[in-house]
Amino acid sequence: MPKVLMDGNSAIGEAAIRAGCQCYFGYPITPQNELIEYMATHLSRRKGCVFVQAESELAAINMVYGASVVGARAMTSSSSPGISLKQEGISYLAACELPAVIVNMSRGGPGLGSIAAAQSDYFQATRGGGHGDYRTIVLAPSSVQELADLTIRAFDLADKYKIPVIILGDGVLGQMMEPVEFKQEAPAVLPVREGSLRGAKGRPSKIIKTFTSNPAELEEINWSLFRRYGLIKKQETTFETFMIDDAKLVVVAFGIAARIAKGAIRNVRAEGLKVGLLRPITLWPFPDEAVKEVVKNVNHFLVFEMNMGQMLEDVQLSLEGKGEVSFYGRPGGVIPTPSEVSRVISRLYYQKGLK
Amino acid sequence: MKKVYAHPKSLKRAVFHYCPGCGHSIAHRLICEVIDEMGLQDKTVGIPPPGCSVFAYHYFDVDMAECAHGRGAAVATGIKRACPDIVVFTYQGDGDLAAIGTAETIHAANRGENTTTVFINNAVYGMTGGQMAPTTLRGMKTTTTPYGRDHVIEGHPIKMSEMLAPLEGVAYIERVAVNSPANIRKAKKAITKAFQMQLDKRGFSMVEILSPCPTNWKMTPIQAWKWVDDEMSKIFPLGVYKDVTEQKSAD
Ligand SMILES: Cc1ncc(C[n+]2csc(CCOP(=O)(O)OP(=O)(O)O)c2C)c(N)n1
Ligand code: SF4
Repeated sequence: MPKVLMDGNSAIGEAAIRAGCQCYFGYPITPQNELIEYMATHLSRRKGCVFVQAESELAAINMVYGASVVGARAMTSSSSPGISLKQEGISYLAACELPAVIVNMSRGGPGLGSIAAAQSDYFQATRGGGHGDYRTIVLAPSSVQELADLTIRAFDLADKYKIPVIILGDGVLGQMMEPVEFKQEAPAVLPVREGSLRGAKGRPSKIIKTFTSNPAELEEINWSLFRRYGLIKKQETTFETFMIDDAKLVVVAFGIAARIAKGAIRNVRAEGLKVGLLRPITLWPFPDEAVKEVVKNVNHFLVFEMNMGQMLEDVQLSLEGKGEVSFYGRPGGVIPTPSEVSRVISRLYYQKGLK
Repeated sequence: MKKVYAHPKSLKRAVFHYCPGCGHSIAHRLICEVIDEMGLQDKTVGIPPPGCSVFAYHYFDVDMAECAHGRGAAVATGIKRACPDIVVFTYQGDGDLAAIGTAETIHAANRGENTTTVFINNAVYGMTGGQMAPTTLRGMKTTTTPYGRDHVIEGHPIKMSEMLAPLEGVAYIERVAVNSPANIRKAKKAITKAFQMQLDKRGFSMVEILSPCPTNWKMTPIQAWKWVDDEMSKIFPLGVYKDVTEQKSAD
């Protein structure tokens, strides 16, 4: 299929349609408005498909919950403050083992923050985010093409593991334009998940619930969730490495920060510094085995994030005390340049005596 | 011999956990009778809320999906939009519908969602132990208004039927009570009509039920039933607040 030039938000919308997304529910917030508008323009016109501009993010995520109850592929999107409001619903989706795709084009916080790109929702995304013991799969694309590809993967993962999947992007990814290729057509027939609730025709009635007065029953539900999470970790952890083979220093970065880091690494490589990149694509499950593999040959790590050091903790946990970890971060929606990051890298490189 | 009562098919044979004299059990039975009579058991999805009726799925023998406190109308929207052939009803208390879920309720009604809401107004938060509800009457003592609800501090009892009826998406709203055989018969008629509105795709329908909570009203069941007539229905008058049956259908 030919490539088209598209902004990241719209690319998610188009990819979702091609993934068989039947329902989109959203509430406007910058920097993801192109997505809700894309769905209003394109999804709403498709046969059997549903677009609703909800009265709030709370309502939107609960509409997703309803659509998921009846087995439809459903999605919502927002940015940081709106994602906070969705946490109640995400916790219920996780508890009820209902698939859903949630896009967070995150922006600077805390509070209303700024509308500029930030990565400060890493903790919220990777630790469950709402109340209770649960996880969501978190995918972190770093290009418009990857936004499209991971959107399709998000729907498949959500259905396969009956779990909410978060696509964690940011304002830059959502709004920048790049060529993108869509590798599949929208399905002719909208998928309906097996075992969903559509009325007890020819079978006993079914219940979807989270509440129980029996803690032992709830404990069993939690155990079973975490058994599934173990499986997801084994089967679905993904990451990318870049110029890592001869590296003496490895930068760990995700999403748009990884994109900036690549530019910085190219700069310092030109000066003869042996620096590589490890980019987690699934933030949960975090590629801790990949970090453990890298530290066998590399002692120095630089975690670079557009926040005050959140993924940093996962890198440290994965290293189990091995290696040396430094951190560089810019919070609040400030976007560092590749040359700024190159300077940080080379300073560290020389300080650690790697040259 | 004429059969005057049978256990509804869509009501499971479980023992209700509700207190003696509680309106929830009557409301459950009425909904099940209506579902049976209208032949909806195999195409209905019910949405019970957190509240005393959180376990409603133990009683309704239809597909049931629990939802978060107050979000019933949004969940119903998602279900009905994704699958318009399903008959959807939410079952909500006054804390659920008229406090934490007010926004979802108003907007679902305003969008004219083809869904049915059974709204149990018992003037208190039953499940959490009898705190003030938005519908608590002025002067009424609850665990969080131990000196009686003072409208200067706590505001006035909120009248959801009156508030929602003017919205153009609303097809049918009636306030009924389940405190006497005559009222119970009327309540059943209202529930039937509400479901019919949904089947006819006329828009949002709601039946508000004044429902005794003897436990938290600190009354006997008989006193509670009487209190519905003497006090509650003075503030929440029974009757039809909206009915578009005679109007031309929008489509
Ligand atoms: C977000 C959230 N806040 C609070 C609660 C606690 N809670 C459960 S039911 C309820 C209110 C119940 O009152 P009502 O809706 O009137 O129903 P009733 O129990 O009287 O039938 C509350 C506050 C909750 N479950 N979720
Ligand atoms: S507390 Fe009130 S509403 Fe709850 S079951 Fe008892 S009587 Fe019914």
